[in-house]
Amino acid sequence: MLILCIESSCDETAAAVVRDGRQVLSNVVASQVDVHARYGGVVPELASRKHVEALPVVIEQALAEAGVTLAGIDGFGVTRGPGLLGALLTGLSTAKALAWATGKPLVAVHHMEGHILAPLLEGELDFPFLALAVSGGHTHLYRVDGIGRYRILGQTLDDAAGEAYDKVAKLLGLGYPGGAVIDRLAGEGNPKAVAFPRPMLHKGGFDFSFSGIKTAVLQEVGPAPDPLPAARLNDLCASFQAAMVEVLTVKTLRAAEAEGLTRIVVAGGVACNRGLRKRFSELAATGRFTVHFPSPSLCGDNAAMLGVPADHYLRLGRVAGLDTEPLATWALDQC
Amino acid sequence: MSGVWLAATAGAAETRALGRRLGVLARPGLVVLLAGDLGVGKTCFAQGVADGLGVSPGSPVTSPSYTLLNIHQGRLPLYHFDLYRLSTVEDLEDLGYDEVAEGAGVTLVEWADRLSTPLPCSLRIVLRRVDADRRELRFEAADEAGRNLLAELAGAANTL
Repeated sequence: MLILCIESSCDETAAAVVRDGRQVLSNVVASQVDVHARYGGVVPELASRKHVEALPVVIEQALAEAGVTLAGIDGFGVTRGPGLLGALLTGLSTAKALAWATGKPLVAVHHMEGHILAPLLEGELDFPFLALAVSGGHTHLYRVDGIGRYRILGQTLDDAAGEAYDKVAKLLGLGYPGGAVIDRLAGEGNPKAVAFPRPMLHKGGFDFSFSGIKTAVLQEVGPAPDPLPAARLNDLCASFQAAMVEVLTVKTLRAAEAEGLTRIVVAGGVACNRGLRKRFSELAATGRFTVHFPSPSLCGDNAAMLGVPADHYLRLGRVAGLDTEPLATWALDQC
Repeated sequence: MSGVWLAATAGAAETRALGRRLGVLARPGLVVLLAGDLGVGKTCFAQGVADGLGVSPGSPVTSPSYTLLNIHQGRLPLYHFDLYRLSTVEDLEDLGYDEVAEGAGVTLVEWADRLSTPLPCSLRIVLRRVDADRRELRFEAADEAGRNLLAELAGAANTL
């Protein structure tokens, strides 16, 4: 069964063709980074307009790369939420129109379930597992007992991990967004140079808080730092990264142990972070659990990841009506 | 009551408590703009407002920097905007800002000062970092509703 998937919940416009919920035939992301960089950030009005412009292009390309035509598509999977209503509407309306025009079914998917199920596109993975979803807008721990069977174990109480990275990069004069730059410079510095706090590490529960680390970096460098010497900058990046990675890995492992889970999935844009991948891999080497990261092309927002749940729901007959509306706010355990 | 009130807080808990008082006093249609640098406590203040509005602690008030708008249900709906990634007032249209700000909920806008065009509001709050923990909050009323709210807020603070 071939499903054409469409994602437009935030910054990226994306389309993909996925076979049987497991095999990615194409995965096209029209990165809007160029447009956004020119305007100094993401511009939603512009973003929606760009989604509208980019959607036909990415869909045609996804079909072409997969070597199929619309007539060969068995159903349409689309992100229903959470996200910006205007952005979600562009993808959802397009998917509805395609479903109506072709007479094929429409399946509505939660953005985060796409992320945490992405490893299934690259190999076998048994349920249940623990998922750490980390990106600019999300930091959540979920228990995943199957497709559509999720329980929220913990989440950030203030900033998401990716947001903390980008804001600290800004404080360090590395530009915005600069999370990836921190990851790179961290490799050159001393992670023990500055003892940044590890918020909520010793508290019970599995919630996160990253706002305090950001404030601690501000305290360390001052509100308007002169350009920092390279060695000092590297040390600050390494020390910040060490704090973030420790909090994320320790909390995740603790949640896995409490839930009796031995498989861990790390998904979302921050799952590309090399420091995080390295630490999780070191911990996995102890043999107590396995850790699964999607490939970088499946970590950031993309449409292929929607194929896993969309295929499953379509087989169950959980089809969405053409009157389906987007949901800006939508907890994963409510989907 | 003049249109300006200065408050000082000695830590995140006090900043949140001040927000909570505002949340308790808030009336339908209130629009509050929050200005101040990274790490000064804007989201912390917003968490207090949500608490004062009776938003369930089960729905954490997180930073909307990426999501741009988070909606919480309390005694009144709370629309929590963050314009950190925006630059012009047109950008707000796509978020349905006008509809929300003219509605019966409470609207909080972080980083509203990034826009070249000032947004209509009842109250503007500028947060300033004094040192690692201490913050100064400058409340500026922009209309009659804002002045009344400020009088209540300052009065409540003085009786504590």
